[in-house]
Amino acid sequence: MQKVYSKIESISGNVITVKATGVRYKELAVVGSRYGSSMAEVIRLRGDEVALQVFNGGRGVSTGDEVRFMGEPMKVSFSVNLLGRIFDGSGRPRDGGPELADTMVEIGGPSVNPAKRIIPRNMVRTGIPMIDVFNSLVESQKLPIFSVSGEPYNELLARIALQAEVDIIVLGGMGLKYDDYLFFKDTLEKGGVMSRTVFFVHTASDPVVESLLVPDIALAVAENFAIQNKRVLVLLTDMTNFADALKEIAITMEQVPSNRGYPGDLYTQLASRYEKAVDFEGSGSITVLGVTTMPGDDVTHPVPDNTGYITEGQFYLRNGRIEPFGSLSRLKQLVNGDTREDHRAIMDGMIKLYAAYKESLEKKSMGFKMSDWDEKLLTYGRLFEQEMMDLSVNIPLEAALDKGWEILGGCFAPEETGLKTELIEKYCRSKV
Amino acid sequence: MVSVEYAGEATMNEVCYISTGDKKLKSEVIRIKGNVADLQVFEMTSGISVGETVEFTGELLSVELGPGLLGQIYDGLQNPLPELAEQCGFFLDRGVYLAALDHKKVWDFTPTVKVGARVEAGEQIGFVKEGLFNHWIMVPFQVEGVLTIESIVAAGRYTLNDVLAEAKNEKGDLHQLTMVFNWPVKRAIKSYAERLKPEETLITKLRIIDTFIPVAKGGTYCIPGPFGAGKTVLQQITSRYADADIIIIAACGERAGEVVETLKEFPELIDPKTGRSLMERTIIICNTSSMPVAAREASVYTAVTMAEYYRQMGLNVLMLADSTSRWAQAMREMSGRLEEIPGEEAFPAYLESLIAAFYERAGIVRLKSGDIGSVTIGGTVSPAGGNFEEPVTQATLKVVGAFHGLSQQRADARKYPAIHPLESWSKYKGIIDPQKTEYGRAILFKGDEVGQMMKVVGEEGTSLDDYIIYLKSELLDYVYIQQNSFDPVDAAVEPERQLHIYDILIGILTARLDFAGKEEARSWFNRVRQNFLDYNGKKWQSEEFYNLEKTISELLADQKIGIEADAEGLWAGESRRGQ
Repeated sequence: MQKVYSKIESISGNVITVKATGVRYKELAVVGSRYGSSMAEVIRLRGDEVALQVFNGGRGVSTGDEVRFMGEPMKVSFSVNLLGRIFDGSGRPRDGGPELADTMVEIGGPSVNPAKRIIPRNMVRTGIPMIDVFNSLVESQKLPIFSVSGEPYNELLARIALQAEVDIIVLGGMGLKYDDYLFFKDTLEKGGVMSRTVFFVHTASDPVVESLLVPDIALAVAENFAIQNKRVLVLLTDMTNFADALKEIAITMEQVPSNRGYPGDLYTQLASRYEKAVDFEGSGSITVLGVTTMPGDDVTHPVPDNTGYITEGQFYLRNGRIEPFGSLSRLKQLVNGDTREDHRAIMDGMIKLYAAYKESLEKKSMGFKMSDWDEKLLTYGRLFEQEMMDLSVNIPLEAALDKGWEILGGCFAPEETGLKTELIEKYCRSKV
Repeated sequence: MVSVEYAGEATMNEVCYISTGDKKLKSEVIRIKGNVADLQVFEMTSGISVGETVEFTGELLSVELGPGLLGQIYDGLQNPLPELAEQCGFFLDRGVYLAALDHKKVWDFTPTVKVGARVEAGEQIGFVKEGLFNHWIMVPFQVEGVLTIESIVAAGRYTLNDVLAEAKNEKGDLHQLTMVFNWPVKRAIKSYAERLKPEETLITKLRIIDTFIPVAKGGTYCIPGPFGAGKTVLQQITSRYADADIIIIAACGERAGEVVETLKEFPELIDPKTGRSLMERTIIICNTSSMPVAAREASVYTAVTMAEYYRQMGLNVLMLADSTSRWAQAMREMSGRLEEIPGEEAFPAYLESLIAAFYERAGIVRLKSGDIGSVTIGGTVSPAGGNFEEPVTQATLKVVGAFHGLSQQRADARKYPAIHPLESWSKYKGIIDPQKTEYGRAILFKGDEVGQMMKVVGEEGTSLDDYIIYLKSELLDYVYIQQNSFDPVDAAVEPERQLHIYDILIGILTARLDFAGKEEARSWFNRVRQNFLDYNGKKWQSEEFYNLEKTISELLADQKIGIEADAEGLWAGESRRGQ
């Protein structure tokens, strides 16, 4: 039974209200205006007053327009036919292909029972030493890339998509520049992975509300693949746009803002998306890699700050490199114990020395005399940046560990490395 | 949030069920105005429509207390998650509520009172064996006055619902006592004789905590820190090694993955003290960030109520809440929906009093039976932007007895645990002579000053003496304060070993050392550090352990030319005690 109402009481931003009865919270409706019809979602019920969020935006909606309630929440079609396809934020085809309507699944479904999760145990190898050696990516991890506008985060994301060993890739783009969208499309097509990829792309020129749906749709699709025993990698770029869309709606709804205008439930909203990352007991998994651009390179901004508390670590992308400080993979301990015995030692040892190098560098820039130790550190730091940190380095983990020992041995005497004697004896050939 | 018009009476904080479709959703009354009650729903609210019916239960939100809690994994409303998984599969379907305890399970009950005995709330009538412990069956805490036992069953096997005893109060009302009863989570359990001062150290086996910033049994502490500094890892290590009888973990609004680590690993980890699985002494209350917000608010109360319940049996309980900021945020979300006037950073104005009331539920008490039981609460705080000047951190600092502040710089430099040794403090007594820990602290402080100065004047502008102090502080930091939680030996250090190696270390710190120059000093300290690190990784009192100890003392003997003037008192005190 579909009910039609033709009197809109108020329109404010993207939110309209109508008087209606028997409507359910989160139900979907279609608003027909002379500029084309749009989907809308019920976001508040107060007596018989129903507030709806119009996906295409309030512009052009007239008080005489028709609102038709569908009687069910937002759904997305799920089948293998999705693979290789490109859709927009509300699930309509963007690639000119046919619309899909078989096996509709609900989006934003309930969360996974923690008792049905398992401890992640598979490393996702990327060929990037700063990830593999120092902050290994783990299957079912949720990890954001913190960056500022202008950094090559989409390139990094695309490279990980091409090289990571997964079955399905789901890309969710929010407020993506059209060029970036084409870049992803081209790169994945050329890399030959398009046939196992689904795109849900909301570009910067689309109505802002639609970007709110992208993570939910992308993750609902990913979840259904994962239940079918597939390892799914979900790439979300850029989550800051998503948070800004949330803010826009919250303010229109006259909610009390908590921090810089963002709603008080920002943490919960972000968490309910990121937490979809999971390794199902006896089935597939979802790994989520997101991009969070930090306005003004400020990590204390509410979006990166809340994200950091939700995700299992973060990668800082700065000056085209993954920064060793601050970057962290919370789950790396689960996998880097069984790679090679020196993995952890190299990981910690090299970073400690790199931190010391940064101090020496600071001293040098202030014009202090450099001691022998400082000189050693300076050589080390330079080598480390060139041969490990540079994003163009593309070597497997084992080669990267050997490279690490080579750099250490080339710069320091054994006891200066701060590593355990047994490991030094086995791997390190000191030339000092 | 849902508003409902009611007829008859409504009680603040009573539990209601909203019928929608074929589901009934649990909710709690959080405001009453006229004949309209505002409910916070513990589930996702999608699909609810105006005009649906609501059932009022008249009961406050409570937990079921009885044998069988240990080893369980509950959500914030005490739904057992493994059973839920059996019933619903991968996902948490809403509106499904299961019994918290297994009511069919049979327990071996032994009575300890006779007919005619007079008992009060919280007093014991018998016990059952639950894992390692005697789980005392107590008179429900809400019973008023003195009861006289009219009848009691013989020792034997009973289920939770079997009536074990009947008792009359002064007015002649009959009470039927079973193994199980409910208690409202937001009320502290007060059935004890008196509250004592927390004095005994709770051993965590982390050197920096036990030595420098200890926690006491019955005390409170908080761990604020920016993300990535290792709050949760620190909590996990504590839950594994801390010297408490029972550990209750409230994973409140944090990552599900971390809870999974605990709940999959604990059953396989063996508690060295008891030889049993760690899970047998653990209860996990898990309301992760993607689970509904309102239940998150309830989860810390659910956890602390269970902690108090086991305290009533004379046990030492450690409750770990990760993270109290998420709990505060849940309150903020509800307060926002109620359109209350916001306080600082939109947190409700009553935030401070609620935080204080929560931590005050910790404590060491003498029970009516004379036994001592304690609840220790350790909460992590996740301050926005890593800035401790925010309302939740500040409100927490006012009420806790120890502060373990995590530092981003230390975490970045991989100095774990990243507790800042100078900024953190504790009001409790540690395991090591305070004079010696003060000396260590002073070295750290001076070393830090020299380090700061060196950044300005450079190494060449620093005197050799200052430079040695700097190296000493670095050594103390490197080999004692930092601890490798992945090393099988270093991960948990027993108090005897802490006392032993701290003495060796203080021997180095107090020594006057003879060096020709900075280069020589640094290389000597590097050697000592290397040996000490290896030493930390060797089994306590093993041959290798003593060999390395010898190497270290030989190294010291090579350079030592006396004792620093400010340390003479320290050693004098020692030798006096030695005699």
